[in-house]
Amino acid sequence: MPDTSANQPILAARQLSKSFGDVRVLNNIDLNVHGGEVLALLGENGAGKSTLVKLLAGFEPITSGTLNLLNSDGSRGNTGKDWDVRAAERQGVVLIHQELNLAEQLSATDNIFLGNELKQGLLLNERLMHQRAREYLESLNCNIDPREQISRLEVSIKQMIEIAKAYAKQSRVLILDEPTAVLTFKESEVLFALINKLKREGVAIVYISHKLDEIENIADRVVILRDGYLIGSYQSRELDKDDMARLMVGRELTTLFPTNPKPPDSAKIVLKLTRGSLPKLISRASFQLCSGEVLGFFGLVGSGRTALMEAIVGLRKLSSTSKLEVNGREVNYKSLATARDDGVAYLTKDRKSSGLLLNMGLRFNFSLFSLNKFSRFLIDQKREQQEFDNAIKIFDIRAGDLEIKVGNLSGGNQQKLLFAKIMAADPSIVIIDEPTRGIDIGTRSEIYRYIAELAANGHAIILVSSDMLEVIGLSHRVAVMCRGELVGILEGGEIEEHEIMRYATGLKSKLMKDGEPRCD
Amino acid sequence: MTDRNFFSKINLKAAGPFVALFALFMIGVLVNDAFLSVGNITNILARSSFIGIVAIGATFVITAGGIDLSVGAMAAFISGCMIIIMNALSNSIDSSIVIILLAILASVLVGAFAGLINGLLVTRAKIEAFIVTLGTMGIYRSLITYMADGGTLSLNFAIGDIYSEVYYGDLFGIPYPAWVFLTIAISGYILLKKTVFGRHCFAIGSNEKVALYSAIHVDRAKTITYILQGICVSIATIIYVPRLGSASGQTGILWELEAIAAVIIGGTVLKGGYGRIWGTVVGALILTLISNILNLTDAISNYLNGAVQGIIIIVAVYLQRGSWRKSN
Repeated sequence: MPDTSANQPILAARQLSKSFGDVRVLNNIDLNVHGGEVLALLGENGAGKSTLVKLLAGFEPITSGTLNLLNSDGSRGNTGKDWDVRAAERQGVVLIHQELNLAEQLSATDNIFLGNELKQGLLLNERLMHQRAREYLESLNCNIDPREQISRLEVSIKQMIEIAKAYAKQSRVLILDEPTAVLTFKESEVLFALINKLKREGVAIVYISHKLDEIENIADRVVILRDGYLIGSYQSRELDKDDMARLMVGRELTTLFPTNPKPPDSAKIVLKLTRGSLPKLISRASFQLCSGEVLGFFGLVGSGRTALMEAIVGLRKLSSTSKLEVNGREVNYKSLATARDDGVAYLTKDRKSSGLLLNMGLRFNFSLFSLNKFSRFLIDQKREQQEFDNAIKIFDIRAGDLEIKVGNLSGGNQQKLLFAKIMAADPSIVIIDEPTRGIDIGTRSEIYRYIAELAANGHAIILVSSDMLEVIGLSHRVAVMCRGELVGILEGGEIEEHEIMRYATGLKSKLMKDGEPRCD
Repeated sequence: MTDRNFFSKINLKAAGPFVALFALFMIGVLVNDAFLSVGNITNILARSSFIGIVAIGATFVITAGGIDLSVGAMAAFISGCMIIIMNALSNSIDSSIVIILLAILASVLVGAFAGLINGLLVTRAKIEAFIVTLGTMGIYRSLITYMADGGTLSLNFAIGDIYSEVYYGDLFGIPYPAWVFLTIAISGYILLKKTVFGRHCFAIGSNEKVALYSAIHVDRAKTITYILQGICVSIATIIYVPRLGSASGQTGILWELEAIAAVIIGGTVLKGGYGRIWGTVVGALILTLISNILNLTDAISNYLNGAVQGIIIIVAVYLQRGSWRKSN
């Protein structure tokens, strides 16, 4: 393993910044990555953790600042324009993505040696590669046959193979982006043992996770990011989990949000879910929703919010033990169309891949969800056009030419069009998933005003968001999810950043052992 | 509106197939005087109707992001079924018209059912359309060969005599097959461009996930496109059987490729999301015109028919992709 005898960092970021277009996502980050140390990056969704490690590993070009590297030959120097994934891997800096990056149809050996195949003349030396692969895997306490095809392996084993791949390349810096999100508790334990082993061998580990107890366990140093700024660097023994949760948030609410008066106590319950569950994703979720109410759903990435919402509207199947009531009637939507016809609509968080047809025009997209409203057999194109013209005005969608393809609209206008598309079906219960992801502040406040208006007009709204400010600013109550469980519904004074974060990170829960919520 | 504006408004991509059809027509006129004869023109219309009708079905399948390779073999299989049914009924039913109508009914049922099977295999069994229809293509092709015992199935002479009117007869001087083609084309146009189902085909072919999140019954709509394709094949077969009055393992050979070619020449996008019925009609006419013109001239051997068609397909798609315009 590499020489890290001198106590100088392998990687040193100086004033590192990154912008996507006009949006600055990282500001002047100074960071040292030392061999033999586990460095945890901690921050809310969107704080810039993933972007930062992508810069370190050459997945994204640096906008400004420098990255200083202790080269494999012992010399030091700044990385240049040619710092890309290949250059980073040559220098032993490897990023393992949360969504693993293996060739599924190839064997474990093939993957471990992909791009670095051992040859004998012109031909591959398969025997030697299998033998080496077995050695690598064994040293990671993973006893599988390296000839096995990747697609037949468990996710945790796949991750081992990713690590073995990094190991085979003599990596000096190993960056893990939320590695335990896909692992069970036991599998995570194996991973931690492995991390400790690599650390003893002098490898620098950069570790991103939302799970505070994990970080408390394995990190030597904790670096906190917030809104693209580095807030502080702490020895992990200086912090407890509460401190971490507090440091991750800690902002002031702004005037971005409209006043949004609470619905009266007499408001009718329009949606009620009891013991909601989904195989492998959601173990227990119970809540109810009143007309005129905005119920926020907060949780960290992977907590199961989207899966739960998709199950409610019929895009996934709820377990048979779940009970869903809409307007006092027990329902089990078999498709999104039946939910829509019942007045329940879902606004997807992924406007580009599941929300809009980017290569189609605005009107085509606008009416797609509600076509049945103005058609018997033939589509009433006149009425469609009228409704479309109306929606363009109401939602203030700005496209120079209404004939252009949706893919050419700005993100903000796309999001407004997605709202128009969903609302064209006149739903009374609207489930909105991440309405402002990647959207500028101006459009954001328009969307917030629109949501508040909907609620004031008696619509019942579920607002799923990873943006803490948004959830607090708009919601009357906040449901918090953690690892597939709805761990609490917070009201009044409980709706406060640190308290929400405690629930979201699993430090607090209102659930009782038997799975019934204590509240409601 | 200035002239310049006017020309930029004309969509070159959309007009392309029509321009090509016109150009081929002019070439035909120049090559041989016989080209413009009534006999030749009606011949072109009647011949293009088989591929044309099949291709209209294929326009739906392809627009919704699928593909159907089984149509040629399916046509042969349905021909065989029709002939066997008519021959069998000729002993028990006196009226040839009734026999023919029963065979037509059976043909539509078999076509719709064959389409349903393709559709269910694609949507329920989640097998790629290419593989499913490659498989059913083999099945139908070998079934017709088996039914004909390796030879040819021939239609009962008396029935064939009456039935032949469907192919050779005409209304206002235009052959019946051309009328059928026109009717199917108009219905197809309305269905694809004016109805909810048509919109859904575009959406599914464009992005299946978005379609699903837009409350579209994706599997149902895809299955219907294959059923429509099956029905179109059966209609093409109904007007094809009286032409020769026979069916064999060679019937409908390469129809699937000609139909797909007509669809693509017409401007429908092979990977789905955009379809044009009138383009497909023109595509079918173009393919028929090429072979007709080669028949009428000695300049190029008739054996090179496939080569000329191949060149036209590649050029047509190249022009439609529009990359040549950007580089200017």
